[in-house]
Amino acid sequence: MSVLVNKGSKIVVQGFTGSEGTFHATQMIEYGTNVVGGVTPGKGGQTHLDRPVFNTVSDAVKQTGADVSVIFVPPAFAADAVMEAADAGIRVIVCITEGIPTTDMVKVKEYLKDKECRLIGPNCPGVITPEGAKVGIMPGFIHEPGCVGIVSRSGTLTYEAVDQLTKTGLGQTTAIGVGGDPVPGTSIKEAVELFMNDPETEGVVMIGEIGGNMEAEAAYWIKDNGTKPVVSFIAGATAPKGRTMGHAGAIIGGKADTADAKKAILRECGIHVVDSPADIGSKMAELLNK
Amino acid sequence: MNLHEYQGKSILRKYGVQVPEGMVANTPDEAYEAARAIQEKTGSDKWAVKAQIHAGGRGKGGGVKIAKSLDEVRTYAEEIIGMHLVTPQTKAEGKLVKKVLVEQNIYYDGPSEISEIYMSILLNRDRGRYMIMYSPRGGMNIEQVAEETPDQIFTEEIDPRIGIQAFQCRKVAFNLGLSGDAFKSMVKFVNALYKAFEGSDASLFEINPVFKTSDDKIYAADSKVVIDNNSLFRHPDILEMRDLSEEDPNEVEASKYDLNYVQLDGNVGCMVNGAGLAMATMDIIKLSGGDPANFLDVGGTANAENVEGGFRIILKDPNVKGILLNIFGGIVRCDRVAQGVVDAYKNIGDINVPIIVRLQGTNAEKAKELIDQSGLKVHSAIRLQDAADLVTQLLK
Repeated sequence: MSVLVNKGSKIVVQGFTGSEGTFHATQMIEYGTNVVGGVTPGKGGQTHLDRPVFNTVSDAVKQTGADVSVIFVPPAFAADAVMEAADAGIRVIVCITEGIPTTDMVKVKEYLKDKECRLIGPNCPGVITPEGAKVGIMPGFIHEPGCVGIVSRSGTLTYEAVDQLTKTGLGQTTAIGVGGDPVPGTSIKEAVELFMNDPETEGVVMIGEIGGNMEAEAAYWIKDNGTKPVVSFIAGATAPKGRTMGHAGAIIGGKADTADAKKAILRECGIHVVDSPADIGSKMAELLNK
Repeated sequence: MNLHEYQGKSILRKYGVQVPEGMVANTPDEAYEAARAIQEKTGSDKWAVKAQIHAGGRGKGGGVKIAKSLDEVRTYAEEIIGMHLVTPQTKAEGKLVKKVLVEQNIYYDGPSEISEIYMSILLNRDRGRYMIMYSPRGGMNIEQVAEETPDQIFTEEIDPRIGIQAFQCRKVAFNLGLSGDAFKSMVKFVNALYKAFEGSDASLFEINPVFKTSDDKIYAADSKVVIDNNSLFRHPDILEMRDLSEEDPNEVEASKYDLNYVQLDGNVGCMVNGAGLAMATMDIIKLSGGDPANFLDVGGTANAENVEGGFRIILKDPNVKGILLNIFGGIVRCDRVAQGVVDAYKNIGDINVPIIVRLQGTNAEKAKELIDQSGLKVHSAIRLQDAADLVTQLLK
């Protein structure tokens, strides 16, 4: 088992023929992901990477039965691409694009409320189920199938955690990057909930950072509903107030935004917080007695 | 992107938000002329002379004065332009003032009592919606109001599908205890303010105070406006307002190399691919006994050119005793980054602080070999913990 994506997922790539889309779709296909086609408006009917190109997501869904979409569309058009995927009936929409205006995402979030789909991202590395499906830009080879679910707001820091889990032999069920933007499609809490309900996931790694309330929200949910050990690292203990640290959402406004405040809440809720990012894998191994 | 008060007010004015009549001046003579023009237009016989820098608390540092004559406008402008204004939000050396905003006086006597109101518009991240936050206790630090009298802070959430509604504007005006003409003016003010926020793709508006005059007019007496960087592509007019001289020169230079850099005051520099890992690297420097000198994200495509740019910027800081380069190679191949480090090292020539290079991921072993055999004063590591231990050793 795994969450969100697996071997049976049929993936359509939005922004398929662009340079980013082409590069990463190639990598996804090499990993063994079932990419059934792509969408580039105006290029419908063509073939790219041996797969059909469609003008609309709706056409792609009708002809291929695609249920997952991954978006490599420039920021100015990405919000539109998300809504198009939702309208076409895509079940899981993974938006990699960084730099989407917040006002656009506020509207997208509202639009998705009565649609039966889940948006992951934007500004994220994507979702991967090792040996099942790689839907995003992460390096496939560091992952191994295993028993730990990962949810993170970051890209390379997720790879770091994945690598440690692979080297301790625990591996991953699925790794979800929820993204570094202030208005994410899926919250950390929602991702944790997916893992708590997944029978193969034995432990959860939750990687947060400064800014916002998502980690605390997840922690309170875990306190009441958690059934598996959770290891967490919160990046940015040394970040200054009022500065955006790379991710648009990583900014300390008030006291609750700081790494220390978040760690305190997490510990109160029974989460195993590590202060050093080098200890994520070993802590999980210790908790799972492996 | 932060705007100056006068720039923020020009956006407000465009959307029909009432702001005091004002003009920006670069010299005392210009300030004098501005004051005379404002007098002709409004009849005002007093003027506010306000330093234009990107920091709050300007009044406390002597950057805001009320002039009672045209000559006094000139005198105050002489004092303020060219001063290094220190406020609670600036560094100890302050910020050089290059412009003043001259405005009509709105604190005049009249039939009713004046009042100062707080109003801001910002994102409620938990809800994924924008909200108006307001309080009848304006003119002071809102964090203090939140601590002392949390019941005096109100919020109004805006539904993104339909935008701000008339009943919401009325609710704001009623909660602020206004009546009569002041009530009517406030309803208009709130509506226009939200439209300005929406229209400019701002991420923050903070108007403190919104001022009710003694004849029941409502003005935005101050303005703090922050525009969402991600939306600037559709606002070329606002992008033109960017004042590079208000930003840290190193950060401006870094942006030329596509580096995301924030200057800090520690002793160990760092260069990392990815924002989350960059923050984590700063944290690990601290845990190893050092203090991070900067945040630096080289992005997804760490190459020889931006690695060299990063080194050059970090090395400008005399406090830096060592540099930790932490790259998790995914799509980026570690051996290419290693080659970039070797090339950068040779190009710069005289690097006299030790460098720790941690390369993990694609071709990490090959990269370590490359570094170890280069003969450079570079320590290499593969595991994150090994890099941390090297930082500790280096600081001994």
